[in-house]
Amino acid sequence: MFHRESGYFKTTYAADGGLYPLPIAKWTIGVLLAGFILLPTISTAVSGAVSAEYYVSVVNLILIAVVGALGLNILVGYTGQISIGHAAFMSVGAYTAANLAVKLGLPFWVTLPAGGLMAAFIGAIVGIPSLRIKGLYLAIATLAAQLIIEWVINHTPAISGGSQASIEVPRPTVFGYPLKTQRELYYFLLFFAVLAIVGTLNLVRSRIGRAFVAIRDQDIAAEIIGIDIFRYKLTAFAISSFYAGVTGVLYTYYLGIANYENFLITTSIDYLAMIIIGGLGSVLGSILGAIFVTLLPIVIRVFMESFGTLLFTASELNNVIPATRLGLFGLLIIVFLVVEPEGLNRLWRNIRNYFRVWPFSY
Amino acid sequence: MTRHLARLTAAAAGAILMSAGAAIAQPKEIVIGVQCDRTGATQTVGVFFCPGVHDYTNLINSKGGVEGRKIRAMEIDHEYKVPQGMEAYERHKKEGAVSILLYGTPHTQALAAKLAEDKIPGTSPGFGSAASADGKRYPYLFPIAATYWSQAAAAVQFVKGKLGGNLKGKKIAYLFYDNPAGKEPLPILEDLAKLEGFELKTFAVPAPGVEMGAQVLDITQRYRADFVIAHLFGRSPSVSIKEFKRVGYPLSKVVSFVWGSAEADLEAAGGGAVAEGYNTMQFAGVGSDYPVHKQIREMYQKEGKPAPKEMVSTVYYNRGIFHIAVHIEAVRNALKAKGATANITGEDVKNGFEKVKGVTLDGLMPPLEITPTDHEGGGWVQIFTVKGGKLTKASEWFRAYPEVIKKHIEADAKKS
Repeated sequence: MFHRESGYFKTTYAADGGLYPLPIAKWTIGVLLAGFILLPTISTAVSGAVSAEYYVSVVNLILIAVVGALGLNILVGYTGQISIGHAAFMSVGAYTAANLAVKLGLPFWVTLPAGGLMAAFIGAIVGIPSLRIKGLYLAIATLAAQLIIEWVINHTPAISGGSQASIEVPRPTVFGYPLKTQRELYYFLLFFAVLAIVGTLNLVRSRIGRAFVAIRDQDIAAEIIGIDIFRYKLTAFAISSFYAGVTGVLYTYYLGIANYENFLITTSIDYLAMIIIGGLGSVLGSILGAIFVTLLPIVIRVFMESFGTLLFTASELNNVIPATRLGLFGLLIIVFLVVEPEGLNRLWRNIRNYFRVWPFSY
Repeated sequence: MTRHLARLTAAAAGAILMSAGAAIAQPKEIVIGVQCDRTGATQTVGVFFCPGVHDYTNLINSKGGVEGRKIRAMEIDHEYKVPQGMEAYERHKKEGAVSILLYGTPHTQALAAKLAEDKIPGTSPGFGSAASADGKRYPYLFPIAATYWSQAAAAVQFVKGKLGGNLKGKKIAYLFYDNPAGKEPLPILEDLAKLEGFELKTFAVPAPGVEMGAQVLDITQRYRADFVIAHLFGRSPSVSIKEFKRVGYPLSKVVSFVWGSAEADLEAAGGGAVAEGYNTMQFAGVGSDYPVHKQIREMYQKEGKPAPKEMVSTVYYNRGIFHIAVHIEAVRNALKAKGATANITGEDVKNGFEKVKGVTLDGLMPPLEITPTDHEGGGWVQIFTVKGGKLTKASEWFRAYPEVIKKHIEADAKKS
């Protein structure tokens, strides 16, 4: 926005597909990253330790949601295979990690990839119907997976850890130091969120990512130009489920518990809402969608708490706040989709393109 | 412009100083965090439960507060979602809450460790895990009401009374919602089946629990149960009443756990007349004739308003009163110990909880006695039976088989 874009000429394909389109992007990323690393310190300095815990806890929820949304976007946005069973893959990751952490006492750097891999394995199996069916039919097949996985976890004490179907997990430890407070967990979550973002950015500009896009746009054409549909569709399911599994593990460590009630179909739908609002097939869109869906209810509540008293009494307000929040949430989703069907990502690009040549457009 | 700005700043600074001065002069109000669900999966409970919490708090405040201190019950609706529950908890912590009314089993489990780390007591009446009655293992978690284990024991006791004091060779069916909460009482029931010599058969109802014709037929026609213990949630209790009625099984031979027993369930089943004889278990009194209801109505009258319409669903409304009343009692104990103007912490209130004894609100509450080891407070329940279309009290507060429950709590503590 505030920098010149002219004067940079790309002469190779490698440069054209580079992670940083312009040299200044490195600086932007650097500043952003520094800002995120310092965020707990800054918020503590500004608002005090107690309030900072709260603000950081909200950011933590966003970071977890970002990982999940990215994963779902790889499958739905990039490969065009719809899945409404994503929360089930999260629960697979969560219970795998919880069992490994509790029964074998393994640390998070083993359980986290293990949870992801287990989810990837299950995801690839669930993805098999996608080789034959598309669209709504595939959606129903993944819905079946959601219900089956839920039932299996619930009825297998070896997985669920007893009739309560919830496993308490010890806090993650780094170099023997347990991460307990929100600000400590923040760095834990930030690390994996950044890893997920960088991973996805690299994935979608690689051969695999382009194969995904080709399948999404027209799978028969993709097959004709030599893309192995069988392999890439299952890969998409596996990678996407890997992200979902990791999200489940992050939830588990963040909440200190693996519980299937956290991963019901409503969660799947929340994540679908994130990527649709954010923008299908875009990394920035997944991030914006995760921020939007997580933050919107909180912002509406804070707003109503401050200004609702002008219209309602305190006891009415207790009823009004949740109702408005739900109503406004739905309404805003519709408004966003009508105003910009391609999501927040497109909205952001429009704003950026406008200011790019401002004030000298035309 | 600059002068305006300077004046504004001065005014703002003055206002802040004044409010700070006022804060010093007057002891601070006490914040209690309230997690609620008015819009999520269990909204049918929340819309009655939460107003009960607020009405009782306002009643206490209108009478001058607790030891002269005002109580602020800060409600946050978490839509029965765990991440939102975590966010609500952090928000409550930020506002300086000294105790939290939790809501929901997964939320309680997710926050158990956090509560102990932050030293803020939380309560989970009627949900959470039965093992959390163990105060040594979960120092900051208080079930404060009969857990599913205690309810199971009480149900067997009640059945025993109904079947003539001897259960040998009798057939008891356990009809339950197929989720973790539904399965939790199983070990107790199995143990008691051995102890009392009755035959136990379980019948699971899969989610969403609106279809149980097959199970009910199985219970009544094939198994021919002598009594049915039902543990259902949401819509399913009303469906079970209808189904039992349809096959002609006497509802007086059915006893339901605490979440299958509200006025709304009877209404959904087709009114109180249909459910005649149905037995339900309660951990707070039912009906709106307790003195506390009269006081709440008077409070509304003074403000020139009609009595709250939520009061009609007395089962959940009264549970709201019960839930906050225990907190207020704990705060009172904390203030008594620390001095009425002291700044009490979560730890003080936790100690206050462990001294709660003898608060009954004229029978609305059980004879609760919470101790440092027993955070359940005894595990008391009351049975109410539908008579003439209304829930009427059929027993005094009672509890059953405490030694069996104790054994299971100890075994569970050893397991982890």
